[in-house]
Parts: sequence; structure tokens; C-alpha cells
Amino acid sequence: MTVKTPNGYSLDDSGRRVVVDPVTRIEGHMRCEVNLDDDNVIRNAVSTGTMWRGLEVILRGRDPRDAWAFTERICGVCTGTHALTSVRAVEDALGIAIPENANSIRNIMQLTLQVHDHLVHFYHLHALDWVDVVSALDADPRETSRLAQSISAWPLSSPGYFRDVQNRVKRFVESGQLGPFMNGYWGNPAYKLPPEANLLALTHYLEALDFQKEIVKIHTVYGGKNPHPNWLVGGVPCAINVDGTGAVGAVNMERLNLISSIIDRTIEFIDQVYVPDLIAIAGFYKDWTYGGGLSSQAVLSYGDIPEHANDDSAENQLLPRGAIINGRFDEIHDVDLRDPDEIQEFVDHAWFSYPDESRGLHPWDGITEPNFTLGPNTKGTRTRIEQIDERAKYSWIKAPRWRGHAMEVGPLARWTIGYAKGIPEFKEPVDKLLTDLGLPFDALFSTLGRTAARGLEASWAAHKLRHFQDKLMAAIAAGDTTTANVERWEPSTWPKRAKGVGTSEAPRGALGHWVVIDSGKIENYQAVVPTTWNGSPRDPAGNIGAFEAALLNTPVARADEPLEILRTLHSFDPCLACSTHVMGPGGEELTRVKVR
Amino acid sequence: MASTETFYEVMRRQGISRRSFLKYCSLTAAALGLAPSYAGRIAEAMETKPRTPVLWLHGLECTCCTESFIRSAHPLVQDVVLSMISLDYDDTLMAAAGHQAEAILEEIRERYRGNYILAVEGNPPLAQDGMSCIIGGRPFLDQLQEVAADCKAVIAWGSCASWGCVQAARPNPTRATPVHEVIRDKPVIKVPGCPPIAEVMTGVITYMLAFDRLPPLDRQGRPLMFYGQRIHDKCYRRPHFDAGQFVESWDDEGARKGYCLYKMGCKGPTTYNACSTVRWNDGVSFPIQSGHGCIGCSERDFWDKDSFYEHVTDTHVFGIEANADRVGLAAAGTVGAAIGAHAVASALHRTKQRDQAQHEEREE
Repeated sequence: MTVKTPNGYSLDDSGRRVVVDPVTRIEGHMRCEVNLDDDNVIRNAVSTGTMWRGLEVILRGRDPRDAWAFTERICGVCTGTHALTSVRAVEDALGIAIPENANSIRNIMQLTLQVHDHLVHFYHLHALDWVDVVSALDADPRETSRLAQSISAWPLSSPGYFRDVQNRVKRFVESGQLGPFMNGYWGNPAYKLPPEANLLALTHYLEALDFQKEIVKIHTVYGGKNPHPNWLVGGVPCAINVDGTGAVGAVNMERLNLISSIIDRTIEFIDQVYVPDLIAIAGFYKDWTYGGGLSSQAVLSYGDIPEHANDDSAENQLLPRGAIINGRFDEIHDVDLRDPDEIQEFVDHAWFSYPDESRGLHPWDGITEPNFTLGPNTKGTRTRIEQIDERAKYSWIKAPRWRGHAMEVGPLARWTIGYAKGIPEFKEPVDKLLTDLGLPFDALFSTLGRTAARGLEASWAAHKLRHFQDKLMAAIAAGDTTTANVERWEPSTWPKRAKGVGTSEAPRGALGHWVVIDSGKIENYQAVVPTTWNGSPRDPAGNIGAFEAALLNTPVARADEPLEILRTLHSFDPCLACSTHVMGPGGEELTRVKVR
Repeated sequence: MASTETFYEVMRRQGISRRSFLKYCSLTAAALGLAPSYAGRIAEAMETKPRTPVLWLHGLECTCCTESFIRSAHPLVQDVVLSMISLDYDDTLMAAAGHQAEAILEEIRERYRGNYILAVEGNPPLAQDGMSCIIGGRPFLDQLQEVAADCKAVIAWGSCASWGCVQAARPNPTRATPVHEVIRDKPVIKVPGCPPIAEVMTGVITYMLAFDRLPPLDRQGRPLMFYGQRIHDKCYRRPHFDAGQFVESWDDEGARKGYCLYKMGCKGPTTYNACSTVRWNDGVSFPIQSGHGCIGCSERDFWDKDSFYEHVTDTHVFGIEANADRVGLAAAGTVGAAIGAHAVASALHRTKQRDQAQHEEREE
């Protein structure tokens, strides 16, 4: 049966059903089902979030100054971004201004996450969708060397270097124990890279694995550890002392030099390894234009990386804020997170209950109650699902909508909005990339475009690290070493009741936290996260979300090998622990232990 | 089936001579205080063993444990994955998905019955029929128990698998349950922390490979070598605690001088972990060094022990530097009692483990 969705997609569930569960190389747990027509083209797509943790009900009754630590544990991959969003929400509620240095350090933390997360995503979560590891064993290392030297000045590029890596991988494969490469889709015709490019990418997979651990040392200096560095309502916990007694116990010259050197090496690695690899790989996949989905129609960004502290205006955000709907790139809408009519969540297709499921609710008014039920057309049993019934409830992810529209969020959304706003630092790299690859503007709206935007953003973020580290140094030179505002640290200084909202642009997209504080404790806490937007199930009107839209009309080379499905889903960098934690005021009915 | 490669063969092809290999075995034995004859046993094990398969399952979690693991600086994680273990299943890193991924679990269970390690990140929820964590259309609990049935030992990575962690904090809406409560017939090694330190994770796993036995554990199932002492015991700011020099407010003079964070809620005095010695991310720093108190993330139910900024009440506070002598004595007494209790409990646990009993005989 063919159905037309209000947001313009045709769904036909008559063909052969293919199930992918678990979807791997993501954060958390996810299932995907598609229907293929006789030509193995995807005509219906169903994305299911398969985990739920209920963090928001756990937050009720707790000290709002602690919320960052709880919400940080929503996700250990995009570690820190929930913590940042949380302290912003609490500061917004309590009217706390932060010092300029705290803003710089927070931006450095957030940009460090962006760079690290994008790098690890590209090489370790996404690359194997494009790179055939086994084919790399057939490469001539001299050809790989020639290729490497033609695209980058990165010094590790001799034939002997690539031969050593190839030998190591060869012996690994010959051992018969393939580890993480076991049962991969090697030899699938959807792989297009020649052997020498596969060897180059595989080599950089290993180099990036070594290098990624260096980037996060920035978190370790300012936040004490990574994953899950420490944050503070009112500023940052690290004090600065560059020249007085006890300087070794704080951020001092040695620490600042360490950060500075990591930033330099990060810029080098991103610009000389990641971005050239991305362009080289993209060059072999120019014909694979699938996976655009909502990206050319409806995209959303809250904006982030405030240049100055305590200024929430769109103009102050270095990552752009705005919404584009109906494919109208000439009209960028403002986004108001406090307006009850803008952001709403629906649950008629999610495993939660509302009193009236035809309506959506703003996060401040959100009701959530788990309700795991399966539709009548489910195949299998309640605890052994063979095929899901997407006409009924089918996911632990709610369906957020902006003014009723399903939206795509993430690097491609940010870069599209930046481009549409005509901001040179977004427009110029996009134009250059498209020119270098000989592709038209529309090519951006694809799986490959999403992956490319992430690479451009990694480079942008690496250079912005330098900007904020320099800004911090200039402030210290001018005598400002303040990192925390403690005027309203004590709960006795707080209003009896307060509401706040905090936002950030997480690596995967727009992230918002809404908090209600009453008598010094959290009364309600809600988070709407990037993968809730992208991985959203259907809504009462029948609109499909970004994952489902992006999968439609993609041909699959081998129906029993989900390579193309993984490729497009991975281009969103799904984060399921983030998307499926949501639980609101209704949850207290589950409470067995009294929350203090 | 291609032949499997031993640890020794791996080292040889990485250019390590047999002579160096044997020397490595002797040094490793010596470093751990073992008799010289142990070097031969280590060498033999390394020469004859294929890389041990590790099946790394994910339940309700945030993936911070995997993220931490890949930060390991010594050994590098690429060496762990390519040369030391065979990481045959880890949904965060593996190439395969769907039924090709699930088939790996079957194959390893069959081929390495009783000889693979089950590593668990996260935990199974028991509410909602276990369906708030679904893998392959079924509850994660089913997958966990099936894979556990034929494993040699279980490593419970992080505080989720060890204790329940954040999703098990009050009121635990999914009934998230730590691994040892659902797997009762296998040794479970708890490596708590949110996440654990990377080098502690690789340290635990390489210990098991190098010595072919489980590390000695305390009463709660944690490796003594990394969780035997409190952060406070080895904290570089400890002299300021003893001297009564405290941070009183964020970013105050004390904070800038690196004074003790006890009054800001630091849980170092009640937290067993290696942060103040091994430190984080190749030894760069740890929370206290970067100005925030320890939140106690490796301790059971640390989420439910009041605010992170309330100071712990079971450690006496001492006001001023003049009391340093008295402070030192009292503090030593507290520590001594804690370690004493710890040691007795650990000893009881050890007697249950044959390999470790042998080890103790040699030491005596």
C-alpha cells in the first residue's frame, strides 16, 4: 500500500521487509526496518529507538547544581555537551552571569568535543561504510604513497610506512581472528574505492585512533578527565593562577602551553588528514547521491559558541541559529525555545502515553509515561519482535516538531543555515568543496553532503579553538583571571520558583534542556536532543522523521547486506542514549522510592 | 578456518626477538613480585594461546566506557585490538550489523566455549519486560545471559555494569540492574568508574591475558591493584587537608593555590579509585587537580549520596594549620581502620580463588 506523507514522501510497505537490529557503530541501541521493491530500492523505512533510561524523572527533587553531572551521563560519546546545556539552563533560571573567561573555556571544551567527536565518527564509526578493509590488502603501497602525497603534506606518507601498516593488517587477517572486522561486508559492490585509497583510509583509521586521545586532553586540563569532565554552575571549576604562589595547583603557564600545543596538532591533523581523506573518498562516490531526506526541506539549529559571555542573541553565536522549512532557503526563521507553539513533542507513535495523543506538548509542559505496547501487525511476540508495526507505537524516541514540521539537525543543518545566511566562513568552504569535487549545490543534500559538512565543521572548530585560547590568553595578560561567579551559589539566594532553558549545538545537532526549579530543587527537567529530532518516529499527521526520509529511494546492492542503510544512518551519527532518555512529570507514577 | 595466532607470535612479528620476549616475561613476573619460575609459565602461555576473544556487550549505558577504553595510552588501544585480544563483538566499533553481528556471538560461543571473556558495558533493565533495552528484537537481558553461559569470566566495565549507575539512581524507573545480580555462576570483575580510567581498563584486561588468571579482588569484586586505596590517600592536595588549608569558595585564593577541595564536597575521602595516582588521559590531570572535587563516580550509588557539593560527613574536618599534628594522627587512624577492614574482606575473598591461593603460598 502506498501512502503519501504530509511532508512529501511516498511510503510503500508492500515489498520485501529487511530488518537491521542491532544497528552498530552508533551510540546506544537502534533498529531499522525497510521495505525493498523488486529492484531492491527502499520504499518504506522504519527507525526504532530501542533503549530508554528515564533520566529526567531521576533528576526530580535534586539540587540543580548537580544536574550537569546527571545529564552529562546521558551520553559518553558527546561527553560534556549535555553538562554545558544543563549549566546554561540552570543559570538562565537563576539569573546567573558567568565570567568572560568561563565562556572562553566552555567554548574551548565544546569545540574540543566537536573536533574529537567528528574525527572519531568519520574514521571509526562511518569509514567502514565507504572503505573496504580487505581490499586494502591488495593495494600497492607505492600507489597509496603517491595518492597520499598528492592530496596532503602530512609527513607519514612513504611507501614503506604504508607497507608496514598493510603487513600488520595482513597478518592480523591471516591470524583468522578478525576482531571488529569480522563478518563485515567486504567485497560488496557498493564499495567504490580502489585498493590504494582503501589502504590510505585504513592507515588513517589507525592513526586517528591514536590521535583522538590527544585532543581530549584539553578536557582533562580544564575538566579533570575525559570522558565526562567536570563543570560548574556559575563558571568553570578550574582556577587560573599563572604567576602567584601555588600556581602549580591551577591552570598555569605549563597547562596553557599544553593546551596550545594540542590545538596546533589538532588543526594539523584535521586539515592534513581528515579533510583531505574526506575529499578523496568523496571523489569516488560522487555518483552515490542518495540520502538527502529532510536536509533540503527542513533544518533547524539553535546556534552555539557565544563570542561573548551572557549574550543569548543570535548575532552573538558563532554557529548560526535559525530554522528553514519547505525548502525555502531565502527565508530563515527565528527560533524561540520558550514559545509553547514552536517546539512540541508527540508520542502517538512512541512508547509513551499522553492523555490526548493527537496533540504535541512543549517541553516545559511535557507529560511522559512509558507505555511499551506493540501494534496488531507486529510479527513475533512482545519480547521477540521479528517485525515492528509502524502504524502503532514503535520507538522509545518521541517525535519533536518545530511548528509542526519534522526537522533535520546536525552539521549539515548548521552549515546549510550558515550558507543561507551568507556567512563567509560557512559559505566559502562549501563552495570550495563543491568546486573541487565538480558537484552542483544540490549535491550537498545527501548522505555524502552530511558527512562532508561534518568534516568542514571539524576544521572550523579546530581553528575556533585557537581563537578562544588566544582570547583567554589575552584576558589573562590584561589581568583578568576570574573563572567563576559565586554570588548565587547558595540556594538561599535563589528565587522560590524559576524556569530556565539552555541550548547548545551538540556534534549531532540542536540540543535543549528545560528546567523548572522550586524551593531549591528540580521540579521538572526536560531535554530534547539531536537524535530525538533526526531519529523521530511518525507524528499524528503522518510526517516521517529525518532518518526515515533519508533512507527512502536508495537502491541496495545486496538485500542481505545492509551497507547502504548503515551508510545513510551513520551519516547522522545517531546517538540513541541521548534520544531515548526522555521522561517527564507523568513519571512519578513509577516512583517506588520517595525522592527527597 | 585460518590458524589462530598466539600472543608470542604477535610479539615476534612485531620485531621482538625470542630473547627479548623471555626477558619481558621475567621482568613482568618480577614487577608483580612473582617467583622467577613464573616467567616460564608466562612465556608458555603466551606462546601457545590464541588471542583471547572478547565479546563486549552494551546494555543501558552512555558508551563512556568504550570512549574511555579507546583513550588508552599504554598500551595503545590499536595494539590491544590488533595484537592482544580479539575484540570480536563490540557494537560501537564492529563492522557488521544486524544478523551478521548476532551470528558472531553464536560462532564465538561455539568455537571458544569457556575460553572467551564477556565484557559488559551498561546493565540490563528488568522493568517493561526488559524491553527498555532491546537487541535483535529481544530484551538485552536475554543476550547477556546467553553469552555469559559459556564465558570464562565477566568484566563489568564501569559503574553501570558494576553498580547500576545513573539510570539506577532513585527511583530507577527501568529497574536497571547491575550485572552480578543477573549472572551468578561466573566470576564478575567489577571495574567501576563513570567511566573507569582508560589505563585501568587496559591494565585489568592485559593482566588477565598475561597471567592467565583473574586479578585479586576486594570483597566487592574490584581489582585490588587499582581500587585498593582511596583517592584521598594518595591525593597530592592531601597535605593541605592535613594542614587545614581549604578552598572555601569557587575561584577563591585557596582555589588558585590548589588547596584541599574537601569543603567544596570532594568525595576523595570515601572513594576507592586510582585517579590520584594513575590520573586521567595519559596522566594529564584528574578532577581534583583541575579544581573540582571528586564526585565519587566509582562508588556504589554515588548518585544518591546527597549533593556533590555537600561535604562528606564521615571524615572529620580540621580547622587550622596549628592542629596539623593532631590532624595527622587522627587521619592516619581513620585510614588505618579503613584499610584494615578492606584487607580482611579481601583476604576472605581470595581464599575462594585457587590461583590466587597459590600465589599467596609463594609469597609466604
